[in-house]
Amino acid sequence: MAKSNKPIFWSLFAAGGTVTAFVTPALVLLLLFASLGLVPSLFTYEHLHDFAHHWLGKLIIFGVILVSLWHAAHRLRVTLHDFGVRADTVVAYAVYGIAGLGTLMTLVYLLRI
Amino acid sequence: MSERQIELEVLRYDPEKDSAPRFQTYSVPCLNEWVVLDALNYVKENLDTTLSYRWSCHMAVCGSCGMMINGEPKLACKAFIHEYSDKIRVEPLAHFPIERDLVTVIEDFIGKLSSVKPYLIPKDDKPISAGEFKQTPAELIKFKQYTLCINCMLCYAACPQYGLVPEFVGPAAIALAHRYNQDSRDGGRDARQEVVASNEGVWECSFVGACSEVCPKHVDPAGALQQVKVASTIDWYKEHLMPWVKK
Repeated sequence: MAKSNKPIFWSLFAAGGTVTAFVTPALVLLLLFASLGLVPSLFTYEHLHDFAHHWLGKLIIFGVILVSLWHAAHRLRVTLHDFGVRADTVVAYAVYGIAGLGTLMTLVYLLRI
Repeated sequence: MSERQIELEVLRYDPEKDSAPRFQTYSVPCLNEWVVLDALNYVKENLDTTLSYRWSCHMAVCGSCGMMINGEPKLACKAFIHEYSDKIRVEPLAHFPIERDLVTVIEDFIGKLSSVKPYLIPKDDKPISAGEFKQTPAELIKFKQYTLCINCMLCYAACPQYGLVPEFVGPAAIALAHRYNQDSRDGGRDARQEVVASNEGVWECSFVGACSEVCPKHVDPAGALQQVKVASTIDWYKEHLMPWVKK
């Protein structure tokens, strides 16, 4: 039996699961506050723009978005399989394709800031 | 000792005679202290000698009386009558072909189990005169829990992935491979990884966790498989990104 290449996807999935478990609830809470007009000065547009302007900020944003996207893609692939969609290769190309495109777009947008 | 009349609905099937499995109901006077296996033995001894099922130890050690009890994989010797209502449905373990009645065909599991080499492959073969292989308590604790597996196959009957993908090597076999991989005396991990790290190996697991929920010995195969995934992932990155690093 040949060794699987799934570790690439699983490692991104596992890292993404850990990161999103911490980051997503915080983002949800911050967005909720923002929608109520409560934006702490640290999270104003100017401050966040400055953060994304710095190379370290770019790296952090890229890392978080990268692993979150690939986590969601892999989760969706497994869930679809559980729901009875047996065309795993097609599903894999589709979901990883979207994650790849998202990764590329993140890179482009971050570099333009 | 209180007694209760239980309606035991048992799946019957003889592939040589029956076109399809059917249920047969037996009315069994059960003592409250009985387990489902006692009720089956009562049927066999008093009501219907043709009923077939596997059992041996009656104390959750041999692992042969695994069956679906009210749809859940259980050891019949560990399923107490007092935990059930007056009607109990007994079927053979899910995901396995039926040999006869509650007896399943287990060759698939046996084949998978032997494919992961579940035995010590000594790291350094020293002569007997060199003395015993010593192990510290800390080294023992790394794998002790996985030695408790009794090969009862409840985890295979509970695993939805095994139901969907019959090629999946499955929880018990991979947890046992992990047990030997974690043993400080063992040097057989590379050989086991050929099967364990394949697509049909640990990577078919989607961490549903049902295996650990039904395990009568609290082996926690799901936990073992997650550890195997982490270790296999580290292997993959070492092999592909750092080929100069010796394992």
